[in-house]
Amino acid sequence: MGLSTLSRRTVLQLAGAAALPLTSGGLARSAQAAAPGTLTIAYNVNLPSFDPTIGLSAVNPTIQSIYQAIFDPYIAQAPDLSFKPGLLTKWGWNADRTKVTMELRKGATWHDGSPVTPEDIVWSLQRAADPKSGNPIQFVWSKVANYRIDGNTITGDVVEFEPAFFKWMAFLTGYVLPKAYFEKVGAEGFEKAPIGSGPYKVDAFERNAFLRLKAHPGYWGGKPAFDTVVFKFVTDPTSRVAEIESGGSDVTFEIPYEEFDRLKAKPGLAGQTKPVSDIAMIFITDIAPMLDRNVRLAANHAIDKKAIVDRLLKGYGVPISTLEAPGYAAFDPSIKVAYDPELAKSLLAKSGYSPDKPVKFTIQTTRGFKPKDYEMIQAIVGMWRKVGIDANIEVYEIAQHFELRGRHALAPAAFYNWGNAIGDPSTSTGFAMFGPSPHCAWKGKDTIERIGPLWGEKDEAKRIAGYKAVDKYIAEEGEVIPLFQYVQPIIHKKGLKVVSQANGMILPQLITSA
Amino acid sequence: MRWGEIIRRLVLIPPTLFGVCIIVFILLRVVPGDPIAMMIPPGASPADIERLRAFYGLDQSIPQQFITWFGQALTGNFGRSISLHQNVFELVLARLPATLELSLLATLIAVALGVTVALTGVYVRGRRAEWAIDGGIGVFLAIPDFLWALILLLLFGVLIPLLPISGRIDPQLDVSFQTNFYLIESLATGRLDVAVALLQHMILPAVALALPFAALVARLLKASLAEAEDQDYAQIARARGFSRRAILLREVFPNALIPTVALGGVQITLLLGGTVLVERIFSYEGIGNMAIDAVINRDFPLIQGLILTFAVLFIALNLAVDLLVRLLDPRLRHG
Repeated sequence: MGLSTLSRRTVLQLAGAAALPLTSGGLARSAQAAAPGTLTIAYNVNLPSFDPTIGLSAVNPTIQSIYQAIFDPYIAQAPDLSFKPGLLTKWGWNADRTKVTMELRKGATWHDGSPVTPEDIVWSLQRAADPKSGNPIQFVWSKVANYRIDGNTITGDVVEFEPAFFKWMAFLTGYVLPKAYFEKVGAEGFEKAPIGSGPYKVDAFERNAFLRLKAHPGYWGGKPAFDTVVFKFVTDPTSRVAEIESGGSDVTFEIPYEEFDRLKAKPGLAGQTKPVSDIAMIFITDIAPMLDRNVRLAANHAIDKKAIVDRLLKGYGVPISTLEAPGYAAFDPSIKVAYDPELAKSLLAKSGYSPDKPVKFTIQTTRGFKPKDYEMIQAIVGMWRKVGIDANIEVYEIAQHFELRGRHALAPAAFYNWGNAIGDPSTSTGFAMFGPSPHCAWKGKDTIERIGPLWGEKDEAKRIAGYKAVDKYIAEEGEVIPLFQYVQPIIHKKGLKVVSQANGMILPQLITSA
Repeated sequence: MRWGEIIRRLVLIPPTLFGVCIIVFILLRVVPGDPIAMMIPPGASPADIERLRAFYGLDQSIPQQFITWFGQALTGNFGRSISLHQNVFELVLARLPATLELSLLATLIAVALGVTVALTGVYVRGRRAEWAIDGGIGVFLAIPDFLWALILLLLFGVLIPLLPISGRIDPQLDVSFQTNFYLIESLATGRLDVAVALLQHMILPAVALALPFAALVARLLKASLAEAEDQDYAQIARARGFSRRAILLREVFPNALIPTVALGGVQITLLLGGTVLVERIFSYEGIGNMAIDAVINRDFPLIQGLILTFAVLFIALNLAVDLLVRLLDPRLRHG
C-alpha cells in the first residue's frame, strides 16, 4: 500500500490504535492506588551521592532525610530538636572534659545482616576526621582522637573541647558507615551499592529520577509502616505541585504557600505546617554606612516583620529578634527588637538622615532561592524608604553570595537563610557573627571578643548564658537583622500521618497510615 | 557537498572543540560562584578552605588547571565530579542515552507532525483552512518548548491525569537493562510492556520538545511545497491528468524536502538545547537535567564535560544534516 493509497480514515484508525496503549496505562493509573505498602515522596532535591560524610552533598541539609532513611546517625533527634539514643545509647564527657565515652547499641545490624560493631563507630569517626577525606565538617570530628574499644564502650581523648561535639553526631556528616563492607568494595563500589543500618535499604536508584527503598527487616528501631518507599526527585516546585495533585506522589513539601493553601483544601489531600530550624536574616557587613550604629538600628526598627509574614508568606513564619529561633538552646524570648518606624526616624536624624535626605546603600538578595525572598526585600526597602533609608536592590545567585561572603565582599546588607538543625547557638550566632569565620559578614572586634571565649566553654549553663548575652548585645547594636523563622508546608494524601520535624526533615520511617 | 568538503569539516572538529574547551574553562573560573565557598561549613578555618581547594585542584593557576584538565581529557579522563564524586565521563555516558532517546522521539514526532501539517496546508492552499493552519503554525512557533512542557504537565498530568509527569520509568517497575538505551533495548528484546511504560513517561516531554520544531518544519516545508508546486514540471503533470495528491507526494515533496532539511536540520540543535529545561520540568534523568544541577553546584569538571558533550552532539548533528542534504540532492551528489 503506497502512501498515496492511504485514505484519511485509515490513517486516523492507525493513529488511534497506536495511541491506545500509551494512554490506557494512564487511564488505569488515575484510578489505581499505589501498590500497597508503598509510600511515594516527591522530593525537592536530587541525591548526588550516597556517601553522607564527604563532599558537597554531605553538608546539604535538604538531603539528610534520605540519608537518615538509609544510615543511622550516631545520635538520633526527636521532632522537637531534642536528642535521643540512636546507634549510641549513651554518650558524654568525663568531669574535666578531657575524654569522651560512648556506648554502642546491642543488636543493630547492617543491611547485609552483619552486626554493627564498635569498630564501625571508631572507623566512621576517624574517617570523618581525616583531613584528606574532603569532609567539610572535618574540623569538628578532628577534635577527638585516640579512640579505644572495650566491649561495646568506646572512649576517646579530647584534642580540643567542642561543646557541640555530640550534637553534631545528629547532624551533617554524623553517620555510621560499615567499615568492613566499605573497605571491601571501596568508595566507588559503595556509591553503586551502599548499605547502612537504617530503617530502609537501597533497592533501586536512578540518578536524578528516583530512589526506591525497602524496609530493613533487622532494623533495631522496629519495622516501619511502609515496606517500600520511593523518593521521586522532582526539583521544580510546579512539578511537585502537579505530582501531588495528580496522585503520582503521596507526600511533598517545599511548595509555594499559595499552592499549599489551595491543595490542602482539595478533597483527598491534607496539609500541615511546622516552624523549622531555618531562619531568614539580613547580614550587615562592617562597612560604611553600616559602621554608623544609628543606621543599623534604624534598619532593624523600620521593618514590620509581622506584616511581611502575614501578607507575603500568608502567615507562615515566626518573626524573630535574634538568630536563635524558638526551640534553640539559647533562645531568649525577652530579647525583642520592636517595629518602631518613629524610633528609626529619630535614630537616623541623629546622624543627619531623613526621608528627604536618606542614607544610601545596596542590599543583595537571591530571587526564587527561598520563598518570596525578592518580594520580601522589596517590601523591606519600601519600609526603609519611609524612614530615610534608600536601599538599592542587587539580585544575585546563591553561589555568588557564598563567594562574596567568603571574601568578605558582601554589600552593606545581604539577605540569607541560615539553617541550624541541632539548635546549638554555636552553629547560628557563633558561626554567623564570629569574625574569623568565613561565613561572617560582621567582623567587629566587639563580637570576636564576646564569642571567642564561648567556643571552648566547658560549663554548658555558662556557655548558653554567654550566647544569650551576646545575642542581646548584637540586638542592642543592630549588627544583624534577624527576620523570621521559616515554616515548612507539607502536603500529603489524606489517610497518612506525617510527623513534622523541627529540623525540616521528612522521615519516611515515621510516616504511618492515619 | 563534496567529499573534500566533508574531510575539511572533519579536520576542523578538533580545533573547534579545543576552542569550546578554552572558552568554557575560562568562563567558568571567571564568573562569580566558587564551589569551595558553597561547600565550606561555617566553622572552617582558612587552612580547611585551602585544603579543600587543593583537594579539588582549584589552588593552581587557571592556565595550569587547564593544562592538567586538558591533558587528562585527551586520555578520556574528564576528571571527577565535585558534587557527585564520580568519574565525569561515566556520569555523562550513563545519562546521555536518555537525552538521545528523548531527542530522537521528539524529532520523529516533530517531523511526522510537521510534514502532515505542511502537506495539509499546501493541499488547502487558497482556502480559509490555510489561514487556520498558518495561524496555528505561528502560535506553535511562538510558544517555547519549556512553556509547552508546563502546559502539557498541567493538561495531561493534573487536569486529565492520563500520563505520568516525572521520571523516565515507573519507580515501582522491577526491570533491569544491559544498556542505558532503555527504550531501544526494550524494543530490540521484545519487551513491549516495558517499552510502552517507557513511552508513557517520554511522550509528554517529547511532545513539548517537538511542537516548536514541528511548527518550524511545517512552515519551511509548506513554503517549499508551495514554491515547488508552482514549478513547470508540476504544472505539466497536472495538465497531463495526474491527481494533485499524487503530484504532491511523488513529485513535489521530494524536491521540497531538500531546502527544508537544509534549513530546518540545523535547528535540531535547538531541540537538543531545549532538553535542559524540559527534562528539568519532567524530572527526566538526561544530561539536560544534570547540567542544571552541575551549574547550581558550580561543579566545574561536570559542567565542562557536559558542555563538551553538547558541543560534540551539535557538531555531529550539523554534519549529519549536511550529509543527508547531500544524499537527497542529486545535484550535490554528482556536482
